[in-house]
Amino acid sequence: MTTTTRRPSRSGLRGGEALSGYLFTAPMVILLGLFLVVPVLMALWVSFSDWTGRGSPLSGNVNFVGLKNYSALLTGGGLAEQDFGTALKNNAWYVVLVVPLQTALALFLAVLVNRQILKGRGFFRTAFYFPSVTSSVAITVLWLFLFNSTGAVNKLLSYLGVKGPNWFNDPDGIIHNFLGLFGVKSGPSALTNSTALGVSWWDWLGGPSVAMFAFVLLAVFTTSGTFMLLFIAGLQNLGGDVTEAAMMDGANGWQRFWQVTLPQLRPTLFTVLTLGLIGCWQVFDQIYTGTKGAPGKTTLTPAFLSYQSAFNNQEWGQGAAIAFLLFIIIVLFTLLQRWILAERKVSKRRMRGYEVPPKDGDPDGPKDDGPEGPDDWKDGNGPLKVATGIAASQIISKNQGGSI
Amino acid sequence: MTPRRAGRTSRPSRGLLAGRSFLYALLVVLAIVYIFPFLIQVATSFKTEADAASDPLSLIPATFSTAAFERLFLHSDFPIWFKNSAIVTVFVTAGRVFFNSLAGYALARLNFRGRNVMFAGLIAVMSVPGVVLLIPKFLVINQIGIYDTYAGMIIPLLTDAAGIFIMKNFFESIPASVEEQARIDGAGTFRVFWSVVLPMARPALITIVILSFQGSWNELSHFIVSTQSPDLVTLTKGVASLASGQLSQGTQYPIKLAAAAIMTVPVAVMFFIFQRQIMNASDGAVKE
Repeated sequence: MTTTTRRPSRSGLRGGEALSGYLFTAPMVILLGLFLVVPVLMALWVSFSDWTGRGSPLSGNVNFVGLKNYSALLTGGGLAEQDFGTALKNNAWYVVLVVPLQTALALFLAVLVNRQILKGRGFFRTAFYFPSVTSSVAITVLWLFLFNSTGAVNKLLSYLGVKGPNWFNDPDGIIHNFLGLFGVKSGPSALTNSTALGVSWWDWLGGPSVAMFAFVLLAVFTTSGTFMLLFIAGLQNLGGDVTEAAMMDGANGWQRFWQVTLPQLRPTLFTVLTLGLIGCWQVFDQIYTGTKGAPGKTTLTPAFLSYQSAFNNQEWGQGAAIAFLLFIIIVLFTLLQRWILAERKVSKRRMRGYEVPPKDGDPDGPKDDGPEGPDDWKDGNGPLKVATGIAASQIISKNQGGSI
Repeated sequence: MTPRRAGRTSRPSRGLLAGRSFLYALLVVLAIVYIFPFLIQVATSFKTEADAASDPLSLIPATFSTAAFERLFLHSDFPIWFKNSAIVTVFVTAGRVFFNSLAGYALARLNFRGRNVMFAGLIAVMSVPGVVLLIPKFLVINQIGIYDTYAGMIIPLLTDAAGIFIMKNFFESIPASVEEQARIDGAGTFRVFWSVVLPMARPALITIVILSFQGSWNELSHFIVSTQSPDLVTLTKGVASLASGQLSQGTQYPIKLAAAAIMTVPVAVMFFIFQRQIMNASDGAVKE
């Protein structure tokens, strides 16, 4: 290949084109390779080694220790296992609450704001989206203030005659608290005596702590706007004719939403749930800024625990192992959700008229559907693609430091 | 804006009117819930500490005080943090606009062996959760000797898979005929890209600018693992250390909230400038 990129390529344009193709993609390959592929491989090695943080992990005096780091976390019976179990429990409850709440709220807001006749749509959209642009650090600082024991939230609750909890200092599980209202203070021995990952079943079922619940509210507050945008883009992609046909058939608003609009939104819903799930399993910034795992380790998350093990306790192998276990968890959950929400043939046929490709722009493996016509922007996937891209990279960069 | 649909023109009936008022009332309440925390934030940053503690809900400071801002700007490292965040954000945004569009264009338009493999790799890379990367990123940055430098803060962020993906999608959506024309006139690949394609890609580029700016300005974990010196602390890292009570005794809420409010201003400004772009991805994407 001796052609330069300056040469006009009229007929045999493969040569020059290939060269510029490699030149154009070189920065991407080098940067992503060096700061993403290589690190993952290196961390994989560290998770099987006894590296202590001194010198290079690739030097000769670092030994391969097999699955020791992993077994310490999963069957060790020590503090490491207990902490890992606790972190998983906290994060699992966080996911269970945040994902449905943020999805439902985002859809609700999108449906409200998407009405053609609404005046001031722009204002409302902006208001709902604004929390999404702020940094997780700034918003956590604000949250610490709003939810302190004499803060704004408790003041509001006191007007309603409710005595608010000392939010970020309250380690009690909310389900335990709820049972406590009925005088149930401790669980049956069947639950309290048997453990999983060093945490008793009674504690597993205790719900998130009050402190963690404040973080749940924070997450819903900051992500519902982003997902609202996605749903709006999805709604605008739907042709009006089906809805109108349903109106003609006498379906009321409620039926139209559940039986006409929602089934057509399936791809968007899928994207939102996937992004939500991926994001929720990686809570780090808020914990680092806010509570550092306190009170009583009830806001510890695997992500923060991984960081803490490596950087504070110099348990590098264990920190890396936690990260990979978390990776596996995220992959499994995503696959599980894919399987649950899998497209059924019938709805596919129903959707064909709308040309919304399934799993569009979803970072888990979007289909490369080839070059599209220029009109695509006007009537099909353009807006959805861009909005999905924006939302996806927002969610990702919130959690990934954008260096993906 | 989508065109008004037919069948929606007649004057609303009484029932509709009631429904509509309810809708507006609901929206206004929701909007207040979403905006009020930020109003409290700004108000509290002008309060005295005692006032902030005793009356957390009021939007008017009992005694108007700028002590928090003076403290931040004159007696703390806050200006250094701000400077560092600005430096990183400018470089990262410029880098991403350039590198993402280069790679996106190549993946969308240029034929070369291995293109599909590269694209598959890009998708795979996108699905790696960032948390997994905290420790390894530190390992690599340390290994190649750019730990605790601006280079270590900036270079790893210079391109991102999601941005490349957005650019690729955009380039695929614009007709190839314009490029063909330029090629026939004898322009080389880079020339076509630089003078013909990029100007057409303005909407997508603005999207990348917004996302890069937001992403790097709000970034925390990468700076935690790539730096330790106090001279390289960014706003996110600095304000996070404030939150854990670094400055002094007491809760210091006015100072913390003032810091958080100031760091929100640049992204908020960006947001309002490009609001139409973000809110109506569909509007911006169509070339008039």
